[in-house]
Amino acid sequence: MKKNLTTVMFRGTKSQEEALCAVIEKNRDTKGALMPILQQAQEIYGYLPIEVLKIIAEKTDISVEEVYGVASFYSQFSFNPKGEVAIAVCLGTACYVKGSQGVLDRITQKLGLVPGATTPDGKYSLEATRCIGACGLAPVMTINNDVYGRLKKEDVDDILAKYE
Amino acid sequence: MIRSQVLVCGGTGCTSSGSQKIKEAFENEIKAKGLEEEVKVVGTGCFGLCAVGPIVIVYPDGTFYSMISAENVPEIVEEHLLKGRPVEKYMHHEHDEAIAEKLPTSLADTTFYKKQKRVALRNCGVINPEEIDEYIALDGYQALAKVLTEMKPEDVIQTILDSGLRGRGGGGFPTGRKWSFAAAQPAGKKYVVCNADEGDPGAFMDRSILEGDPHAVLEAMAIAGYAIGADEGYIYVRAEYPIAIHRLEIAIGQAREYGLLGNDIFGTGFNFDIKLRFGAGAFVCGEETALLTSIEGNRGEPRPRPPFPAVKGLFGKPTIINNVETYANICQIILKGADWFASMGTEKSKGTKVFALGGKITNTGLVEIPMGTTLREVVEEIGGGIPNGKKFKAAQTGGPSGGCIPASLFDTPIDYDSLIAIGSMMGSGGLIVMDEDTCMVDIAKFFLDFTVDESCGKCAPCRLGTRRLLEILDKITSGNGELEDIDKLEELCNYIKSASLCGLGQTAPNPVLSTLRYFRDEYVAHVVDKKCPAGVCKGLLSYEIIADKCKGCTACSRKCPVSAISGTVKNPHVIDTTKCVKCGVCMETCKFGAIVKH
Repeated sequence: MKKNLTTVMFRGTKSQEEALCAVIEKNRDTKGALMPILQQAQEIYGYLPIEVLKIIAEKTDISVEEVYGVASFYSQFSFNPKGEVAIAVCLGTACYVKGSQGVLDRITQKLGLVPGATTPDGKYSLEATRCIGACGLAPVMTINNDVYGRLKKEDVDDILAKYE
Repeated sequence: MIRSQVLVCGGTGCTSSGSQKIKEAFENEIKAKGLEEEVKVVGTGCFGLCAVGPIVIVYPDGTFYSMISAENVPEIVEEHLLKGRPVEKYMHHEHDEAIAEKLPTSLADTTFYKKQKRVALRNCGVINPEEIDEYIALDGYQALAKVLTEMKPEDVIQTILDSGLRGRGGGGFPTGRKWSFAAAQPAGKKYVVCNADEGDPGAFMDRSILEGDPHAVLEAMAIAGYAIGADEGYIYVRAEYPIAIHRLEIAIGQAREYGLLGNDIFGTGFNFDIKLRFGAGAFVCGEETALLTSIEGNRGEPRPRPPFPAVKGLFGKPTIINNVETYANICQIILKGADWFASMGTEKSKGTKVFALGGKITNTGLVEIPMGTTLREVVEEIGGGIPNGKKFKAAQTGGPSGGCIPASLFDTPIDYDSLIAIGSMMGSGGLIVMDEDTCMVDIAKFFLDFTVDESCGKCAPCRLGTRRLLEILDKITSGNGELEDIDKLEELCNYIKSASLCGLGQTAPNPVLSTLRYFRDEYVAHVVDKKCPAGVCKGLLSYEIIADKCKGCTACSRKCPVSAISGTVKNPHVIDTTKCVKCGVCMETCKFGAIVKH
C-alpha cells in the first residue's frame, strides 16, 4: 500500500512522549512488541509521523528503517493526521456491488479530496476502507463515530451538510 | 423473579444501526416502569438476519421485532412488557403462501432460519457473550473438562480426525492432521494460534463468532493446546473489530478468574493461557506464515513452506494455526462425538459452513448450512432471492481468492471440492450475490485492485503480475482493449498461479479466470463492441438527453457538478460529452426519464 508522508508540522507534546515511553517500557520484555507499540503510539498521537517513529526506534534499539518498514506495511498505520471530520467509505465487496464507489466519487467531487488525503485546513479527511463488516447495511460509510448505512449517492450532500 | 428477557442484538451490523441506544432505551423505560426486577435486558451476539436489523427478541414468547428504533421502545415496554400485549406493527412479518398475507413470524420460523443448522453459531444471539456463566450454562467448558479428565491427547486428535473437520479459513486442510503433525514434534515450547484476521471483504462470520460466543474459541484453543502439548496461545484479531476485541478481553479475564485459563486447569496440572495480538489491516496476514511473521513484530510477509508451521512456526517453535470458525466446531465435536459431526455434510466435506450473504440479496446476513446445500437453496430460499425484480447473474465466493459462479451452476452443492472444480473456492465464507446491473469485468478489476494493493511485494510473480493484470483490465474497461488482451490475461493468470510464493498470489487470478470462463462474452463486448452490457464501466458509457422528453426544467443542469449540461428554460437541454464525468447525477435528478445512458 502506497503511503505519503505528511507535510503537516509535528506538534507532539511532552506528555504524549512520556506516555509513549511508558508504553515502550511496559513492552520491554514482550516478544515481537513492535506492532503493539506502534498501535498504541498511534492511539496517543492520532497518527505516526516520522518524529514518533524515530523515538520508537531509539528507545527499542530497532533501526528506524525497520520501524518505518513495519509501519508502512500495514494500512492501519497512518502517516497523516486525520481530519476533524474523518470520512471513511467502505469498499468491501458487498458495499461495492451495492454502489459504494458512486458514494465515494460523490464525496471526492464535493470536497475535492481523493481517498487517503486530508484537506489542507485539516477539516476533512477521506478514506476508502476495507470491509467494516456491516454488510447488512451496505453501502456503508462512517464519519468519525457515526455510521451511515443503506446509502444512496444522493444522500451524501445532506449528510456532509451536518458536519459543515 | 425474572419473568421476561429482552434480547438486543449487539453484533456489529445492528450496533452500526443504533442497537446500543435501543438497549439503553429499554433499560431506562423498564426502570421507569418499575419492572427491573421482572425484566432483564441482554445484549447478545449476532442473530444473523442483519438485513432487518436492529433486532430485538422478547422471551419467553419469542416475539421477534425487526428494524426497531429507540423511539419504538416506550410503546413496546408499555404494551408488551407491562400489559402483555406484543406490538404487532413492529414485529417481523413474513409472507405466508397459504393465505397470501404477511404474518408475524418468530425468528426460528423464518425461511431464513428453517434450512439452517447452527453448530458454530449455536450460541450467537442466544447468550450474553460478556457473561461466562451463560456460556457455562449451555455446556460451556464441559468439553475441556472431558478432554482433560477422560481423554489422552492422542484420543483428542483421533476424534478430530474421525470427525472429518477441515479448516474453515478457506484452504480446507484436515484439522486433525494439522494437530497430529504438531503433536508429533518433540516436547518443548509449542504454540496454538487462532487466525482471526478476517480480511476477506464481505465475510464477517469470524467476527460474529468472536462477538457472540468468544468462550467457544478460548475453550477450543485450550483443547488444542492439550492435544499438541502447548501451554500458550495467541489470537491474532483484526484491529478493525473493536467489539470483538472488547468481548475477547472480557472473556479471557473471566476465564482466568474461573481458573479455566492459566495454571493447573481443573486441577489436572495442565497450563494454558491466551494472549491477544491485533492485526493492522494487511490482507496477506490471513496467510498462516505471514500471520506468524506479523505476531513476531515484523512486516507480515509469508515464508516459504516447508518447513510448515507445525514443525517450525511462531518464534521458530511448532505451532498450529486454525481459523475462528474451525475452533468454534471443536467443543461440539468433543461433546457430541465424531460420528455426529461426520453425519452432516457430504462425503469429503463434513459438518456445516457459515456464509456471510451479501450484495444483491434480500436477506443479507449470516447463515450456517450443512455442507452440500446447493447454491440455489442458499440464494433463493434462505436468502429470499434478488430484490427489486432483478435477475440473478452470479454468486461470488472466496473473496479475492475465489471466483464468480454463474446461474447455470446454481445447483452446485456447496462443499470444498465442488467449488474448486468450478473455478471458485470456499474461502472463509463470503457469498456475494450479483444481479444484472453488475459488470463482471468491473468485478474482476475490483478484486485485482484489491490484490495489487494487498500484495506484500516479496515475490515478483504476485507483485508485478497482479499489477499487469490490473493494467490490462483497466485498458479493457476504459474502452481501449483489443482481442489479444483477453488471451494475454489468461496466459498471465496461469503464470501467476503457478509461480507465486503464497496463497494470496496463487489465487489472485481466480476472479479473472472464473469471469473469463463464464462471462467471456462480456469481455468481448467491452473489447469488440466497446460496450459495457451492465452499464457500469464509465469509459464505455455516455449519457444523452432525449430532446422529446426533456421539459427544460433545468434541474439537471443545476445539479451537474462539472456544468456539462447547457440549455435554456423550457427548451431541451444538451450534455457536452467532452466535459461529462459520467457521475449519473443528471439521470437521478430528471423527473421525466429524459436522460438515458448507453
